[in-house]
Amino acid sequence: MLIQLQGITKIYKMGVERVHALDGVDISVDEGEYVAIMGSSGSGKSTLMNMLGCLDRPTAGSYFLAGDNTSKMGAAAQSRVRNERIGFVFQSFELMPRTPAWKNVALPMMYSRKGWAGMRKKALKALDRVGLKDRSSHKPSQLSGGQKQRVAIARALINEPSILLADEPTGNLDSKTSHEILELFDELHAQGHTVLMVTHEADVAAHAKRVIRMRDGKVASDLPVEQDEVASLIPTRRSPLQQAGGAPEPSGGRR
Amino acid sequence: MITFLTFPFRMLRFVLVSFLLAVGQIWANKTRSILATLGIVIGIASVTAVIAALTGLKAKVLSDFESFGTNKMFIFPDHPDEGPKKDAEWNVIRFSPGHFAGMLEHTPSVASFTRMAENSTAMTFGEKTIDSASLKGIDPAWHEIEGRSVTLGRPFSVVDDYNARPVCLITEKTRDELRLPRNPVGESVYMLNRRFEIIGMVEPPKDIGGMFGGGGVASEVFVPFKTLWDATDPFMYVIANARSPEVADEARAEVRFFLRQSRDLKPDEPDTFEVEVLSAYLEQFNAMAAGVTAVAGGIVSVSLLVGGIGIMNIMLVSVSERTREIGLRKAVGARPAAILLQFLVEAVTLCSLGGLIGILGGQGMTTLLQKIPNAQLDQAYIPAWAVVLSLGFSGAVGVTFGLFPAIKAARLNPIEALRHE
Repeated sequence: MLIQLQGITKIYKMGVERVHALDGVDISVDEGEYVAIMGSSGSGKSTLMNMLGCLDRPTAGSYFLAGDNTSKMGAAAQSRVRNERIGFVFQSFELMPRTPAWKNVALPMMYSRKGWAGMRKKALKALDRVGLKDRSSHKPSQLSGGQKQRVAIARALINEPSILLADEPTGNLDSKTSHEILELFDELHAQGHTVLMVTHEADVAAHAKRVIRMRDGKVASDLPVEQDEVASLIPTRRSPLQQAGGAPEPSGGRR
Repeated sequence: MITFLTFPFRMLRFVLVSFLLAVGQIWANKTRSILATLGIVIGIASVTAVIAALTGLKAKVLSDFESFGTNKMFIFPDHPDEGPKKDAEWNVIRFSPGHFAGMLEHTPSVASFTRMAENSTAMTFGEKTIDSASLKGIDPAWHEIEGRSVTLGRPFSVVDDYNARPVCLITEKTRDELRLPRNPVGESVYMLNRRFEIIGMVEPPKDIGGMFGGGGVASEVFVPFKTLWDATDPFMYVIANARSPEVADEARAEVRFFLRQSRDLKPDEPDTFEVEVLSAYLEQFNAMAAGVTAVAGGIVSVSLLVGGIGIMNIMLVSVSERTREIGLRKAVGARPAAILLQFLVEAVTLCSLGGLIGILGGQGMTTLLQKIPNAQLDQAYIPAWAVVLSLGFSGAVGVTFGLFPAIKAARLNPIEALRHE
């Protein structure tokens, strides 16, 4: 079991009011899964994402990542978890301007305990994986939206994390570019990466193998993609890798 | 274990990377950075210039002292500040030649001394007259103490002094003004209502600089001390030479002890004379220089405070501008300490840069100082310790005033930071 959320609760205090952003959420995710987290705004999906990314601490409950209880960790230890086990992909790319692509990709390595050996080489390799080898010295302002997101994905991959966390990764992209980025995620999943993606778009969620729907801070449904409402949108064309049978079976359902 | 051992290296590397990042940031915001460091630049520039000026002045004073003689002591009569002789008649206080008889036997740290009497006189040779020549009554030891030997003829002898003979030594300047022959030995000049035979010539005074009234030297004429004493009843004082600058204080104590005895002072009576050692003046000057440095330091610390606030302000702006970047760095695994270090290094780099520019500015001001005519600052320079201290201080200002913004950055919540617009 890679991810295990047990009774995760997050309460925000807004003045005297207490908002239950998450209310006793139990989710388990196996290694190699491809999960979409859906929900309308205010459903708690972003808070859930922050919890999964060790960016926030739950008010109650435990989050086990590969057996380690991260909700009990200090700030420095959580930083280390984010650095080594989690790769973030954001809606607005979050690339550093005036910094060439490969340096953006190498950023997580700067904070790695494994050292900086072969930083540039690894960054170029990661860029190659997302198909941007020839753009390594371009600055973000010289890249298109899709290319920027590819750079961001390469950055998420560079420290070989256990989980890829994508927060509305296609939110700022047009539909054609979105499609390309989603295919890239499909491919990464096919290569064995665990992908968790927050989205409110059904056709984006349809790329995943499992769909978790959030409502009012609770898990409303947790189904294999074929049994979810988005089943009709499942893309028919699969990348060659997946056709070769590299994709693990979707686990589906709560355990 | 390996992690532990490599920690210093990783830390150093991280500081280096933070430094490069900081330089990039400063370069990207050139105008802003320069304006922010202006307070520090001005502070450091002024303090280095003041230190340079003082250093130059000190070097000047020291070299003046050296040419004047650091071993020298002046002994002169003086009314005490209290006691029965406070308002005594001058006759009670003044020296007489007998007070110093046999002094050298009781003052082992004193190499030699000369009794001195000074006056001015008109002197005539043939048709030429000098209205006001500087007349000095001296002992033969004077030549050695002042380093002005007899170049022609002979110095005064014991007999000259004992008999108060009318003989004199003159300088080239006096000779030329009186139109005396090139070798004036044997000629006679008229002064003090009698004839004086010229027995030799004395070296001209050394150029001892402005501090001790050098520059325009009068025509000089020297006579044996007793000759002048008998003729004019003048003010008498003594110049003595210590054996070395190191024993100056001992020499002073010995002279004082000897004089108290020869002047019959009772044990509880205060001194009726002063013994001034030149090195004491040097100490006084050093104390004054230290005082000026302290005042300048105070002014500069105010300037550095203002400069530091400027730095803090610009760092706060920088943190707020780069909130998203900080959020991203945290999300990809930067520990709070790493963020803190990054911003601290940036503040220190900014301040050190200001310090560096300030030192260059100080050097520029020093070069200008050297060119001021008659200011005697041509030896002004910025000593190495001042450079090191300036850089150290600017760095310290960076740490002090960069800490608050850096802590602010390090404590940012990554989620909120990433949402920041």
